[in-house]
Amino acid sequence: MATTDHELTLAEIDKPNLIFRLSWFDWLWAAAFLAGAAYASVHFSHYMGYYEHIILFGSTFALIGLGWRWKQMRIFSLAVALASLFAVARYPALDAANHDFWLKYFLSSQTAFMWMSALFPAAMILYFVSLFSRSEFPGQVASALTWTAAGAGFTGLLVRWWESYLMGRDIGHIPVSDLYEVFILFCVVTSLLYLYYESRQRVKALGGFVLMIISAAVGFLLWYQFSRHAAGIEPLIPALQSYWMKIHVPANFIGYGAFSMAAMVGVAYLVRVHAGEGSIIAERLPSLEQMDDIMYKAVALGFAFFTLATILGALWAAQAWGGYWSWDPKETWALIVWLNYAAWLHLRFTKGWRGAPMAWWAIGGLFVTSFAFLGVNIFLSGLHSYGHL
Amino acid sequence: MNLAVTLLVAVAIASVIGTCLKQGQPYPNYVIKFGPFWFQVFRDLGLYDVYGSGWFLFIMTFLVASTSVCLFRNTPTMIKEMTRFRDHVTKVSLRALKNHREDALDKAPEEVEAAVTRTLRSHGYALRRKERTDGVVLSAMNGRINRMGYILSHLAIIVICVGGVINGNLPLKYELWTGQKKVATQDLAASQVPEQSRLPVSTSSFRGTVNIPEGSSANVVFLPIRDGYLMQQLPFTIKVNKFSIEHYPSGQPKSFDSKVTLYQPDGKKIEDAVIRVNHPLIYNGYSIFQSSFGDGGSHLVMKAWPLTAGGGKPFAVKGDVFSHLPLNVGGVHRRLELTNFQFFNVRPNNDPNSKHKFRNIGPSFTYKLRKASGEALEYKNYMYPIKMDGHWYYLSGVRSSPAQDFRYLHIPADSKGSPVRFMHFLDAMKNPALVRQAAKLAASESLGVVGIKEAVLTPRVAQTAEEMVGTLLKSGFRGVAQETRARMDDGNIPQDRRPALENFARLVLERTLAELYRHVLSEEGQPVTGSLTSSQQAFFADALTAISALPRYGAPVFLQLTSYKQVQSSGLQISRAPGKYIVYLGFGLLVGGVFLLFYVAHRRIWALVTRRDDGGTGLLLAGVNQRDPLGFSREFSRLAEEIGLRLRMKRSVD
Repeated sequence: MATTDHELTLAEIDKPNLIFRLSWFDWLWAAAFLAGAAYASVHFSHYMGYYEHIILFGSTFALIGLGWRWKQMRIFSLAVALASLFAVARYPALDAANHDFWLKYFLSSQTAFMWMSALFPAAMILYFVSLFSRSEFPGQVASALTWTAAGAGFTGLLVRWWESYLMGRDIGHIPVSDLYEVFILFCVVTSLLYLYYESRQRVKALGGFVLMIISAAVGFLLWYQFSRHAAGIEPLIPALQSYWMKIHVPANFIGYGAFSMAAMVGVAYLVRVHAGEGSIIAERLPSLEQMDDIMYKAVALGFAFFTLATILGALWAAQAWGGYWSWDPKETWALIVWLNYAAWLHLRFTKGWRGAPMAWWAIGGLFVTSFAFLGVNIFLSGLHSYGHL
Repeated sequence: MNLAVTLLVAVAIASVIGTCLKQGQPYPNYVIKFGPFWFQVFRDLGLYDVYGSGWFLFIMTFLVASTSVCLFRNTPTMIKEMTRFRDHVTKVSLRALKNHREDALDKAPEEVEAAVTRTLRSHGYALRRKERTDGVVLSAMNGRINRMGYILSHLAIIVICVGGVINGNLPLKYELWTGQKKVATQDLAASQVPEQSRLPVSTSSFRGTVNIPEGSSANVVFLPIRDGYLMQQLPFTIKVNKFSIEHYPSGQPKSFDSKVTLYQPDGKKIEDAVIRVNHPLIYNGYSIFQSSFGDGGSHLVMKAWPLTAGGGKPFAVKGDVFSHLPLNVGGVHRRLELTNFQFFNVRPNNDPNSKHKFRNIGPSFTYKLRKASGEALEYKNYMYPIKMDGHWYYLSGVRSSPAQDFRYLHIPADSKGSPVRFMHFLDAMKNPALVRQAAKLAASESLGVVGIKEAVLTPRVAQTAEEMVGTLLKSGFRGVAQETRARMDDGNIPQDRRPALENFARLVLERTLAELYRHVLSEEGQPVTGSLTSSQQAFFADALTAISALPRYGAPVFLQLTSYKQVQSSGLQISRAPGKYIVYLGFGLLVGGVFLLFYVAHRRIWALVTRRDDGGTGLLLAGVNQRDPLGFSREFSRLAEEIGLRLRMKRSVD
């Protein structure tokens, strides 16, 4: 539940429920997205099956719920929606990306991804600057840059979705189907998760740390794009042509993003411990207790969604491959990641472990997660080798 | 519980092992990879089927047992927590809590109680009131369903594992262990599979595959177990009427499906259906999936180009994939085993101008040529020539074992896109009369180039040239170089004169070959006077490269595919998993349990309302939240603030 600092009024204490505390803007915003979803549902019904409709409305309700609790999400989603619609309006054919000013310099998917790739490292630097600066300004700019970068990435993905349909009606698909696209998703999701905790906990000091992993992902993305020419849109192979992809993959990335965030907060935790109390770092970073709390919350969120994602994957496998579990390397490594964080959570709950050992374990967990995410595709092979390097 | 952590980590590590080593491969692959000694060690450790091995199952059983014990021990506690309001608290115990506040208020105790009750209730707390000697205790709690989260999520683990075991078919594992059932390893026809390797219809759960060519039907599936398979009988027959596959413009598969008909064992038709990827057919608890496709015995028509001397003219060969044919190429006997035909071949696109990452280079087929001794080489030939670096080549790959990659022979295509010119060139090199003629011309020309006018040397040089051509055919350019060196050793040629002689030998050979080439071109109807065009020159160089590689190609014949009639085979996977609904129930419990555990916090608030001597009321407020201590402080303050606000109101807020 949202807690705010302002004084309670009589009106408020009589109606503590969230529903009654919403403003006209909350309602207008929600109505706009519902209307958009309804329009999409009718206009694109030809492309959508029964489950796609459920997913569309489910996501819309989830977005509304999220935006009512996290006010910045309303502006963000509105900005992304408007930017994407604007881009689509100017994109009657793929060729338009070469001629139209807005597409060419801002909104075509590749351009948007480049903006994202530039803004995330810039934000990271500013966050670190703000760590040592006396002024609030660098931190505020860093935060703004992170929001913009996430918006650029998300808009890019939506525009890419449109572009895939421009390539051909039977080629179009949601852009979470290969390693390149999911890396963008990873950057967007991780940054949004960070921004959520930034606004909830009022801490900007951790921004630089979390953005380190995002910037590393951006680095990989750029290498993958320029060295392996991975940015092109490829049609979906038969096994991926399913509504399951729309829910299994995003849920997985909420998991991966949260685990990555937890690991980087763990890094910040250890930095503070190592710097010792009384150093500048210790002064600027949040308290150990608070960082420990954020780490726990991130792991819990990641674990919950990762459990959901793995189960969705199993249900999909049952429909596509004849069995919900085949001990395929990717499936097995998903289980290993799950077991790893289950162990972490057990140590915290049942043994009461806190602090540095948990931070180390969270960082170790990142390596396990990275192997499951990337290593399996690079080094091992199996049914799941869709995201080849 | 430390045991839980240990077990979770143990399962994790055990699982890693199974991903490092490729599971379920045919045993010969492992022998090749690890050598006979380690192959046995790993086999005895059960590493080729980790997840079905005894020790892995033991760890999992231990995990389930431990979870069950944990659940058994903690559930009563959880239920107590959910139902008891814990109203035995004292002032001391409440003051000991981190979140507590004590106030003296000048309101009547009843008003204070009312304010507290109203506040807590409106925040969703359930309340119990207890009168005690020291005052009134209001015990409240919220979010107790969190405790169900613990119960559900741990119960889920047990449920999932039980479902998994049911699907794992322990009775079958027992039968395999005791030898009642034996895994078959040979490629046999369904009717010939021995009784020990057959499974009856009544098998409760399994997952197997079967490849059915178009027009054929099957009533069995094959379960891959360890290094072989077991054959599972089905209570119905599936006939694949038609298999269709659609491709994207780039050549990647877009969709593939099978139009099938199911029949009862007595032949009566059950239903027609279409099975597509992600859209299985479910019948009576059996799920039939479209999982793959392959060749079903395509009819191939080939032209065999003899590569050996005395091989004769090219001849036609007809055969179906999966059949064997004897080949006799000028006395060299081989058995031709046609193994596969692939209609689409998608390779990375090297063309920088095209925006497609992949392109389709047309049909290919694979075959083995087996000697009488049993040794075989495997070949993969593409039907159409492929453009590389601006020129067209017929590619024929060769390898001696499945573990290797194919190495490709590039036969240059002539201006009509056929291998004819190359073959004529090769024939010319095998024709003694032509070679002699060319050698003579080349010898006199070459001597002239180096300024030697003694005509007497010409025959000797010509003879050497002939020998070199023969060596080239037998062992390539490397062989020629070796022979030249040997010749110079025999003649005791001093070191400082060798380079010049080597160059001269090379010159003579090249001239000879060029002469032969010109002969071939003029036979083609394109006589060349003067120098060759650049494309003719390129062909010449490529042809020599290919000819030099022929000894390593190891075949007496090059098979060119001239026409085909494709028959496809549909790869279906059929599974029966009665335990899967139990597993799905477990999934639901797990997701529900985990979300409850993390996102519903079980909070308790107590208010001890005491009557003070001065007529006012003492209020001791305290609370706990196991899950989120930091966040709870804020909530607790807010509740206290709200109580205070209600108390300050002139009228009671009811």
